Amino acid sequence: MSKLYLADPNSYDVKISKIKRHFSHKVEVYPPGSCPLTVQLSFLRTAAGQTCGKCVPCRDGLPLVARLLQKVINGDATQQTLDNIKMMAMMIRESSDCAIGWNAADEVLKGLELFADEYQSHIRFHKCDESVAQKVPCIALCPAHVDIPAYIALIAEEDYAGCINMIRKDNPFPTACGMVCEHPCEESCRRKMLESPINIRGLKKYAVDQMRVDQVRTPKPNPSTGKRIAIIGGGPAGMTCAYFLALMGHKAVVYEIHDKLGGMLRYGIPNYRFPKDRLDEDLNAILGAGDIEVIYETNVGKDIPIQKVRDEYDAMFVAIGAQSGKTLRIPGVDAANVYSAVEMLDEIGNGRLPDYTGKKVIVIGGGNVAMDAARSAIRCGAAEVSCIYRRRQKDMTALESEVESAIMEGVMLVTLQSPVEITKHEDGSCSGLSTQPQMVSTYSGDRPGTTAANKEQQHFEADVILIAVGQDIVSGPFEDFGMKADRRVFRAGLDTSVEGMPGVYVGGDCATGPSTVIRAIAAGKVAAHNIDEYLGYHHKLHCEAAAPEPRENIRTLLGRTEVGERPAFLRKKDFLHVEEEMTHEEAMQECSRCLRCDHFGCGAMEGGRDL
Amino acid sequence: MIKLTIDGKQFEADGDKTILNVCRENGIEIPTLCYLEKINEIGSCRLCVVEVEGLEKLVTACNTKVKEGMEVRTNTERVRRARENTLHLLMAEHKTNCFKCLKNGACELQYQARMHGVDVPNFQPSHYDVQHAPFDEHPFLSYDPGLCIQCQRCISTCAKATGRHALSLERNAARVYVKVPFGDNWKDTDCEGCGNCAQACPTGAITIKRRKDYREWEIKKVLTTCPHCGTGCQMELYVKNGKIVDVMGANGPSNQGLLCVKGRSGSIDFVDHPDRIRYPLIKNKESGEFERASWEEALDLVASKFNAIKENYGGEALAGFACSRSTNEDIYMLQKMVRAAFQSNNTDNCARV
Repeated sequence: MSKLYLADPNSYDVKISKIKRHFSHKVEVYPPGSCPLTVQLSFLRTAAGQTCGKCVPCRDGLPLVARLLQKVINGDATQQTLDNIKMMAMMIRESSDCAIGWNAADEVLKGLELFADEYQSHIRFHKCDESVAQKVPCIALCPAHVDIPAYIALIAEEDYAGCINMIRKDNPFPTACGMVCEHPCEESCRRKMLESPINIRGLKKYAVDQMRVDQVRTPKPNPSTGKRIAIIGGGPAGMTCAYFLALMGHKAVVYEIHDKLGGMLRYGIPNYRFPKDRLDEDLNAILGAGDIEVIYETNVGKDIPIQKVRDEYDAMFVAIGAQSGKTLRIPGVDAANVYSAVEMLDEIGNGRLPDYTGKKVIVIGGGNVAMDAARSAIRCGAAEVSCIYRRRQKDMTALESEVESAIMEGVMLVTLQSPVEITKHEDGSCSGLSTQPQMVSTYSGDRPGTTAANKEQQHFEADVILIAVGQDIVSGPFEDFGMKADRRVFRAGLDTSVEGMPGVYVGGDCATGPSTVIRAIAAGKVAAHNIDEYLGYHHKLHCEAAAPEPRENIRTLLGRTEVGERPAFLRKKDFLHVEEEMTHEEAMQECSRCLRCDHFGCGAMEGGRDL
Repeated sequence: MIKLTIDGKQFEADGDKTILNVCRENGIEIPTLCYLEKINEIGSCRLCVVEVEGLEKLVTACNTKVKEGMEVRTNTERVRRARENTLHLLMAEHKTNCFKCLKNGACELQYQARMHGVDVPNFQPSHYDVQHAPFDEHPFLSYDPGLCIQCQRCISTCAKATGRHALSLERNAARVYVKVPFGDNWKDTDCEGCGNCAQACPTGAITIKRRKDYREWEIKKVLTTCPHCGTGCQMELYVKNGKIVDVMGANGPSNQGLLCVKGRSGSIDFVDHPDRIRYPLIKNKESGEFERASWEEALDLVASKFNAIKENYGGEALAGFACSRSTNEDIYMLQKMVRAAFQSNNTDNCARV
């Protein structure tokens, strides 16, 4: 036997593992607007570089397919080249020994279908499809395309009012987004090439903590146009639409079912995540922006016929949200003390706190609403709160930070358990939940599904059960009115228009299914601009703030500052805001990490950013 | 024994066998390039792929064991297309020049390409040729990287069959080559020059230099036993116009197709050497020259001299030593003569290789 050795700490493998992380980050921050063929080619070249060299299909086939793909990009390809790519990729997928080969070929074949138009564009016209154009990542990935590098630079200049105005150009809810935005803008932040994305949400929170939004004057509205637009629903979509319409000089009339505005921001998100007085700052600023009238406690479709509203106004924007909780179809769901989590949060939002002192509470579900319900239950004095979820923790749709905070506050996660039956006491109140243990299974979409595990059913005792398995849209009256919906989600164009109903627009949760605040805001912004066009105007809104001159990029690796939270053992006792303020030094350091992609790189070009 | 279906026909087979074994035993042809039984079963060339019912991918017949109820299809459109494309890939990288190639006519790649109708590859090569020049310093062996298909039959043969481990894989990024000990430092390597790698090579990449003296279709093959030692290796002499021009290991029980450096490169050149003694010679004491004699004269002379020694000094004064290149039968007869006729136990043989 030959001599044996321990792993060399200076081996290439050890060194590669150090740069591998940067490599995967590089891929993760693939800039929005990239040509999909370049993504495919990078993938393919990576795979070809990973070959061990044993088998013909992978060793010689992957470089060949990469070369043919390069020919497509070079404009030297014909339909025959495409057929050859497909033929060879199929052979590699079928004949390769290991996944290095067959997985790469599979991706090529998937790409040929997914990006068929792009392949044709390169073959026939020797160029990318017109949708391909690199954009500033954070601005592109923010659904409302807020000018993020500009407002971060304004924070760095300590111009918080300027920052708020810069945000408002595209989003009139700086406070809400500072507190609860899911920050898709951070996903492809170029700073991740070095270490981690900029804490964009945290910096926005810092700005609105320094300068309350309702203390910053909104831009002067245009002279009145005399046009009146009905907005149904006073949540983030509706109020965003109202804000921009008002600035344009139109009159916005908001019909709100509750006695207060805010929608899910008020009645869905608990106070400890987003204090209601802070929500009022956004709403006060919006209401002060121009001619906005709110008609409270009015259910359009019930109290007033929808057609009547439509007839009375020049245009209408439907933004009714997804307000009702879905329920489970299991025996015992009718037991007393079984509630929808949405209802429970709505009650709390209305100031009516349930008393769970000494009670065992089970929350069913793994989304943000489930986490909100569970953390609220703890704050209502529950002795024990369990969150029962059908899949694994990592499959939960709730933000990872929400799950983490819930666990810190004492919420017990019970995963891979599927509800079977709610058991009852003799008096008809719930006594617990029986579940069937699950095992993880094959993927359906982006997440693995589950199947019943070969384990006995379990029973969890409960005095209160909160069901958080999704939300529904009360679409019935609007469907009767003539709006089309798929499983109660309204059909809408990318311009938020309703097909066949000129002047009617729809957006927010009711057109997407339950989603994020910022997507609702984006819908409100798009609707306002398109209503303006529909009414024959072409208003341009002014922004009083401008992006400061950029400072040089800091190339030294610098850690990401997170927003601190009050200790779990303290915060779980009250509904006060859990998050702390960033210090000035933290905020300035975090601002300094921004690479100013609006200035350095494509952002400086005409068309290099989203509007 | 298990039952399986191949191309619609039922077969019984030992469950330890591969699909390829079972197919070949039953006359079903499956092309292979990298396969060498028990030596190279790594499934690298992917030419032996077949369809197995219920499996998404095509499997390599050479290293997939048969299973009860297996349904194998060896010659579907899908299988043929995969094999053809594999050959196109190999041919694209192979620096084809059959006219010049020593293996012309004996090349397995040439054969498979012809059988699959792949005369000109559909594609240009995708790899850069980092290694251009052949490794040619070794006295018997040569490696031309441009003709190598990286099947690794040579490497596995050197490692598993001869146990030398003198060949290995080396790479330039994603391009792989065989690292051969045939360069100018060939004397300093573990290579014994046995040439089993060359015999294992399906193409003209590793060749015995003797091949330059003949083409495959010019020779007649004669099966014989290696004359060198008592191992009894089977070999095929390649005979061109009545002259032995090359030797290949044949599949004998003791050598399993292998030969050592002496068997392959030291067994034939003496046959037609001008110094070779072709008839008995007796020295003419007067002239001091050897003169041609008949076998009877020569044997009588030797017998009389041996008898004289035995009578004067006793049998112990005589000994018989057999050359290892003699056959066992001849060696047996020699020791019999020493013991019975000489009346001596002084007999031995050098066959201690």
